[in-house]
Amino acid sequence: MAYDKFTILKSTAVPLPIENVDTDQIIPARFLKATERVGFGDNLFRDWRYNADGSPKKDFVLNNPTYQGKILLGGKNFGSGSSREHAAWAIYDYGFRAVVSSFFADIFRNNCLNIGVLPVQISEAFLDKIFTAVHQNPDAEIEINLPEQSITLLATGEKESFDISSYKKDNMMNGFDDIDYLQNMKTIIQEFATQLPI
Amino acid sequence: MSKTLFDKVWDSHVVKKIDGGPDVLFIDRHLIHEVTSPVAFLGLKSRGIKVLYPERTFATADHNTPTLNQHLPVEDPLSANQLKALESNSNEYGISHWGLGHQKNGIVHVVGPEYGITQPGATIVCGDSHTSTHGAFGAIAFGIGTSEVEMVLATQCIMQPKPKKMRINVTGTLGFGVTPKDVALFIISQLTTSGATGYFVEYAGEVFEQMSMEGRMTVCNLSIEMGARGGMIAPDETTINYVKGREFSPKGEAWDKALAYYKTLKSDPDAVFDKEYTFDGSQIEPMITYGTNPGMGMGIKKHIPSAEELHTGAATYEKSLNYMGFGEGEEMLGKKVDYVFVGSCTNGRIEDFRAFASLVKGRKKAEGVTVWLVPGSHQVEAKIKEEGLLDIFTEAGFVLRQPGCSACLAMNDDKIPAGKYAVSTSNRNFEGRQGPGARTMLASPLVAAAAAVTGKVTDPRELMMEELVG
Ligand code: SF4
Repeated sequence: MAYDKFTILKSTAVPLPIENVDTDQIIPARFLKATERVGFGDNLFRDWRYNADGSPKKDFVLNNPTYQGKILLGGKNFGSGSSREHAAWAIYDYGFRAVVSSFFADIFRNNCLNIGVLPVQISEAFLDKIFTAVHQNPDAEIEINLPEQSITLLATGEKESFDISSYKKDNMMNGFDDIDYLQNMKTIIQEFATQLPI
Repeated sequence: MSKTLFDKVWDSHVVKKIDGGPDVLFIDRHLIHEVTSPVAFLGLKSRGIKVLYPERTFATADHNTPTLNQHLPVEDPLSANQLKALESNSNEYGISHWGLGHQKNGIVHVVGPEYGITQPGATIVCGDSHTSTHGAFGAIAFGIGTSEVEMVLATQCIMQPKPKKMRINVTGTLGFGVTPKDVALFIISQLTTSGATGYFVEYAGEVFEQMSMEGRMTVCNLSIEMGARGGMIAPDETTINYVKGREFSPKGEAWDKALAYYKTLKSDPDAVFDKEYTFDGSQIEPMITYGTNPGMGMGIKKHIPSAEELHTGAATYEKSLNYMGFGEGEEMLGKKVDYVFVGSCTNGRIEDFRAFASLVKGRKKAEGVTVWLVPGSHQVEAKIKEEGLLDIFTEAGFVLRQPGCSACLAMNDDKIPAGKYAVSTSNRNFEGRQGPGARTMLASPLVAAAAAVTGKVTDPRELMMEELVG
């Protein structure tokens, strides 16, 4: 599925300093019943965001207008749990384009890269710094530069680089997905299939 | 160069290596279900692509299905719609479909092995993270997202960077009342929920060698809960005896050829792992979780550890214990239990129901506890009846439900009510996993049985001793 190209993102951030944020929090299973990919953003962090009666929980950060932006700041081990891509869809659909954490769960990271959300993994020390900066000044801007593979706290100029494979980087910058790539090597795949061990 | 079991299977499936990128990996078997496949099929349609090898994909309905009155139309229109989409997509693309009510229907990771779809040395994926279950056969099996489901349907390949390799050895013999679930919960409590992120795990050592296939599936199933992409165990006689003669297992000459291949599937003696752990199996006790991730588990007789002991930030730790309504240093023994859930792809196989039955036999369900016994498949359900376990359950006051994922993820009506405590044999105790506000304690079928007959967290060994003493 096509997604917006990603190059340089300059934005304020929404801080969620909780560790082990799992996919059941990002989007609870009961909201996975759709057969189309629409409207998942409404249920992003559903049970942290709303009371049982549907009223918003005032103390949850997404309900706090002070914090806005296209960058979600998460605690360590973000996205653990299920393989549901719906978690990444919900994040994208809500309007985030990048998640910054000091550690990501594997499948979640892959899912993000496949649908156009950039997972940015940085050191714990720098993550703490960004959390502090955003808490002190919710208007603090962060720049994520994909071509350069760097993330900068613009107020102070502090900067760190992050890893991404050159293949995935290329995809994200062009809005491509893996199927486009694999479709072009179908004959090779079919030949390969004839010489498998079992 | 010497190779690990994982290297052997992975390397033999690499179609192409991309410079500075992932490997293109060929997938032998693809399992799909109703929740993570509809959008993938929509993608195929919008691109106008066919399924490249429909005979390598198998569909079963499980996540969303009711566990009572399966012969009636599904009431929830959204669930019904997903089930219908799975059926019509399967039909349209020529994929075999075991829908609700079909004799072979059941949880995807239970039916795969039952029918011999799961084979040693194969690569297996499914849009469900507990696909790691199939690693019990020496397969490389892992969960994928919906974009990847579409990729596999379209090209039978997936693009993945090769993970690092970890070996976890558990030596010695397990103690009385200690089950494969306890081994897995113990390992996760030691490594934490992110301790194996980026790795593919091989389990080795006497404890796994002595384990049944069912037990190995439970262990591999839970690999994902410590962050690992998957876990695997080298195939041996136990594996071969299990696989032989099943519906989709190779037959005749193909079997001989497969057998020769299976025998090559072990790590070379001098193979190198990026990380290795060794634990003494005799030190493991029946486990239970007290928090909101599977790494927050401990021996059932212990006290809830502090944030420092757990190496967790204070805010995260507090949030977790507040949700559970527990306090630091408290004992778990004696805590009230409102619900017991036995089922899921972790512990919904016949051995699990045998274990449950062994302990509830001759006892009665405790007052005030609601117990859901949900077999992993129709085959498991049939065996429960054949082996007389159903009579034991009925006698003790329990009802057997119909197969499905049920309260493992609470997508259907099987939801634990807010604030209630459940001892569950499933795999995740995340906030709200078993229903909004539900409080889950993960444990083995024996611990679940002990809770079901006492109404509180109980060490199953005490009840088992009573029996031995008479
Ligand atoms: S039982 Fe639970 S973990 Fe297993 S396939 Fe179903 S939802 Fe996934």
